[in-house]
Amino acid sequence: MTLAMETRSGEAGHWGAEIRSDLHVRIEPRERGGVEIDLESRVKPYYGDSIRRQAEEVIEALGVRHALVQIHDEGALPFVIAARIEAAVRRAGLAEGTRVLPDRMALPAASAGDRMRRSRLYVPGSEPKYFINAALHGADGVILDLEDSVHPGEKDAARLLVRNALRAVDFLHCERMVRMNQLPLGLEDLHEIVPESPDLILIPKVETPDQVVEVSRRIEGVKAEYGVTRPIWLMPILESALGIENAFAIAKASDQIAALTIGLEDYTADLGVVKTAGGAESLYARQVVANAAHAAGVQAIDSVFGDVGDMDGLRAWGLNSRALGFEGMGCVHPLQIAVIHEAFAPTSAEIEKAQKIVAAFNEAQEKGLGVVSLGSKMIDPPVVHRALKLMERARAMGLAD
Amino acid sequence: MERDGGLVAILDKSALTANAAGRMVPETVNGRPQAPYKGVGQHHPAGTKASPPVRTAADYPDDGDKRVPDLETALRKCGLRDGMVISSHHHLRDGDRVALMALEAAARIGVKNLMWFPSASFPSQKGAIELMESGVIEHIEGSMNGPLGDYCTQGKMRGTGVLRSHGGRWQAIQDGEVHVDIAVIAAPTADPFGNCDGSHGKSACGSLGFALADSTYADHVIAVTDSLVPFPCIPWQIQGNNVDYVVEVDSIGDPAKIVSGTTQITRSPDRLRIAEFVARFLREAGIMRNGFSFQAGAGGIALAFVSYLKQMMKQDGVKARFVRGGSTKYLVELLEEGLTDYILDGQTFDLDGVRSIANNPRHVATSPFTSYNYHGKGNFASLVDAVVLGATEVDTNFNANVVTHSDGRLLHGIGGWQNCLSAGCTILAVPSFRDRIPVIGDEVTTLCGPGELIDVVVTERGIAINPRRQDLMDAVQGSKLPIRPIQDIKKEVERICGGKPQQPKRGDRPVAVVKWVDGTVLDTVWQIP
Repeated sequence: MTLAMETRSGEAGHWGAEIRSDLHVRIEPRERGGVEIDLESRVKPYYGDSIRRQAEEVIEALGVRHALVQIHDEGALPFVIAARIEAAVRRAGLAEGTRVLPDRMALPAASAGDRMRRSRLYVPGSEPKYFINAALHGADGVILDLEDSVHPGEKDAARLLVRNALRAVDFLHCERMVRMNQLPLGLEDLHEIVPESPDLILIPKVETPDQVVEVSRRIEGVKAEYGVTRPIWLMPILESALGIENAFAIAKASDQIAALTIGLEDYTADLGVVKTAGGAESLYARQVVANAAHAAGVQAIDSVFGDVGDMDGLRAWGLNSRALGFEGMGCVHPLQIAVIHEAFAPTSAEIEKAQKIVAAFNEAQEKGLGVVSLGSKMIDPPVVHRALKLMERARAMGLAD
Repeated sequence: MERDGGLVAILDKSALTANAAGRMVPETVNGRPQAPYKGVGQHHPAGTKASPPVRTAADYPDDGDKRVPDLETALRKCGLRDGMVISSHHHLRDGDRVALMALEAAARIGVKNLMWFPSASFPSQKGAIELMESGVIEHIEGSMNGPLGDYCTQGKMRGTGVLRSHGGRWQAIQDGEVHVDIAVIAAPTADPFGNCDGSHGKSACGSLGFALADSTYADHVIAVTDSLVPFPCIPWQIQGNNVDYVVEVDSIGDPAKIVSGTTQITRSPDRLRIAEFVARFLREAGIMRNGFSFQAGAGGIALAFVSYLKQMMKQDGVKARFVRGGSTKYLVELLEEGLTDYILDGQTFDLDGVRSIANNPRHVATSPFTSYNYHGKGNFASLVDAVVLGATEVDTNFNANVVTHSDGRLLHGIGGWQNCLSAGCTILAVPSFRDRIPVIGDEVTTLCGPGELIDVVVTERGIAINPRRQDLMDAVQGSKLPIRPIQDIKKEVERICGGKPQQPKRGDRPVAVVKWVDGTVLDTVWQIP
């Protein structure tokens, strides 16, 4: 028996009766005999040939010459199959060749720094079954999460899944966001993710401005290496007392920052207080974030509301959040999206008032008047600016013509 | 009836013929010549209805006490012998114990080559496989799924399966295509005279409509109950005047599997999206208006649909004249909140449904005769404004499959599905793919519903309207609903799934046929190698 010290078997993915849209791949390197593929699949009568073909292609490109490859497929889509095989090959310490990336969708238009960000739907980066329909539910953004929803042992595999999803999945009108891991692990994420041009990257647990600078530099480096020119916006997440204290400096740390947000689970843990539905314990922190964001000229975005069953609580939280100056919040379930959009929508009274102000402004412009007045009242320029912005949002939400 | 096993085997090698839908179907099934499907409304039957033998009260006890000690005795007294047809019914669903009890009693008597004629079979009745292996049952005509479905599609059953809709089963009995020798009716409540009721008793299940045809047309009828009451059993859904014997047993079924405690709405966001689209479609198309009617089943999407529709009915101040069950808590709420005048109920799925049908005179039990029978002077199904159904596959001509998986394995019974297609607006609510398998294809594996009767396909990726329904197209024009050509949705899903699926292999031996509502043969289920 030869001592195959350098080779080890590698596994990735999941299978079983409860698993959907995923697969499990096990690769056992061999000395000779070529690549043998042993395939079991729930969809074998329909896609058995296609899965086998794809597996052969990916394995060959990754430079594996001799191995036993066991695949248990539970109806995974091609981009998932490619990611799982690549993860297994890498875990076996074998990936020497070039990786096989799935065909890339046409990239949607680059997103604007100040685009509407009322809702962002979190999707665990290790659960491919949630990826494909995530955009259907109409959130402003979809976040493919590499951080807290991914087990530490699955970080490498999730990174490949998210990379492939950014290429192969149509996220429709949603902003394509990725939440990277904390530094320094997060820097490894950037090498896989940035070449696929996500619209925005969320940086977790930011406490000091130099963390943002480090991420931003690394992004620029990878962008240059891969020739990516479109913007990749940043959204730092403040999740500690120190982060809140540094909020303004963080918001100003990079001109790629589009928004500042807060993570209340970790923040309340840092303070050693209980997170309540009313949120009194985090009121100060949320006000600081809102103020710092506005001072820095970026959007203020609130945390998530974790109780998926409590729609009334969510609505109340959202209304309060908007009143504090936030422009949106996170969603942990698609059912939360409509409620959040409703909460962050301007009221009909606000729209009516803004319409009057805008009309007065237009009239003053036409007449060449420097001063805008409504009835007997003089209207200050910031009020006009706010009314114009509100009308723009109202139109984007389909609330005004 | 000469139904010798050997003879059947020879006749089953009969020629195949192409029917009007272009499907190859056998000309003879289980020794009986068949009419191939001719098109919707094209088959006009002649002749008279089947008639059961005349009986005389002289042969039945004057005191009305028809009780016998056990099922074996009852079957012997009915003259059970080789090759007979024994029928049973699925109002107790997966909780039913009576059908197997009867078939096992027949096995003890020692008869062979029975045809079991259930209104539907369930996984808990997989014991029928042993009875087929030992020759007691020759074949099954009725829905088969789970282990029985696999047994049939693997070609292990001696005769050919015949799949009929609920209305088609009534039609087959009434037209004399199937002559029931002995009907065994599971009765949640019965009296010694044989009057039966489904809405009371420890195994209450609601309506007994599926057993009505058998009670009328069978040579012999046995009522089996675990809740015997003194005459009269009120209400009587089955008339004791049609019943020969009454058997009392400890339990006719497992209550936990007869009705679910509470039926649950799906929490899957994709399915909720489909349900919401369906409700919005009915509203935007103007179908949801005062005095309208609809039918939806008890699946997750259908329940969610009812809940969305209810909100919209309340918002718009709209009330339905009637809704058709399968009743559930959600239909009962509509009734109790005054949002519908009536529930016309074919079967009762949960405890709220059972409570309501027992107590509310506006919650009415119906039968396949009133609801579905195509060989009658009309039926209720075509009076319904909109029906929401599922499907395993649909093609770009809107033809749909509900009985087999796309690999040809038997998966579901037809139920009332085919009959419901005659509603004013027939909507299939389906995910666009399941486990990477696209639901919309070039051609369905097994044809159960002709595309000309299917009006709308609603998926999470958009709504396709049958081009034959320009009126519906016009009605929703200008709405915000994602109306798309069916080919468009198909193309998108094929891109997601990595191309069209390959064609699964199938054998060339028919193992079952799918009947259309008029008794003609619509398609063939083939053996899977």
